[in-house]
Amino acid sequence: MFTFLHKYGSPQHFYRLSRGLAPWFGGASALLFAAGLYGALLLSPPDYQQGEGVRIIYVHVPSAWMSLMVYVIMAAAGGVGLIWKVKVADAFARASAPLGAAFTFLALATGSLWGKPMWGTWWVWDARLTSELILLFLYLGYMALQTAIEDRRTAARAGAVLALVGLVNIPIIHFSVLWWSTLHQGPTLRPFAPPAIHMSMLVPLMVMAVAFMLYFAAVVLVRTRNELLELERNSNWARELAAEEAAR
Amino acid sequence: MSGIQEFLHMGGYALYVWGSYALTLIVLAANALQPRIRERQLLRMLAGRNDRTGPSR
Repeated sequence: MFTFLHKYGSPQHFYRLSRGLAPWFGGASALLFAAGLYGALLLSPPDYQQGEGVRIIYVHVPSAWMSLMVYVIMAAAGGVGLIWKVKVADAFARASAPLGAAFTFLALATGSLWGKPMWGTWWVWDARLTSELILLFLYLGYMALQTAIEDRRTAARAGAVLALVGLVNIPIIHFSVLWWSTLHQGPTLRPFAPPAIHMSMLVPLMVMAVAFMLYFAAVVLVRTRNELLELERNSNWARELAAEEAAR
Repeated sequence: MSGIQEFLHMGGYALYVWGSYALTLIVLAANALQPRIRERQLLRMLAGRNDRTGPSR
């Protein structure tokens, strides 16, 4: 475990690893997006209540899942950086935040576009929507901290503490539709229960969800290696890398 | 209505469905492009510094 951490915990190794892996994640994501969109827009049937409007689910739900998943990953990376002082973990957390914010924004915006025709309103201050909006503010707060604090170590530590405290919001978002009465529909997929959705809709939804995950993996790897390059710009490996790139 | 028109019409939900997909596409594409552009900038900046001081200190 520790040799692993030291090897890939070194910015230089992570940089090479990211160069090797990111294109594969990106390519796989593009393929799944193509298949998922075909399934979402053409193969899957209209809903018996919502008609064609149901197709928003294939971008709304993966965005919402990612907004939660990226937050947990960001907080975990922040925690690893806080405890073991791993530079790569700090850079990873910092690189995740804008992506998480983008997914949260998409979940809110596509939810709004779905809510208008189905509920008759763009927005309602209920538990699910409000807690998701707080998640957006947590991401934005984290990003503001990173910009405001010039010293990277201090910024990473402050950010990690904020991210870890903010974790309390995650189960609140997840269970909000069960704990409080809300306009938002209940969960479509639950562990240990049959899905409340037909296979013809479930398959494209899962394909889109995996495409979103691979997209995140590809982009966060590039973002993280940029953070590391910037952080280590005075080290020998960064100088040599720039020389190699310039020679190509 | 022809097949294509019907598809674009989305049973009357065209604005909401296509709006969601377009927004998702724009946000995801921008987030994928931005770090690639940043990386090119960074490498060019570091290479420019190498030209002045050499790759090793």
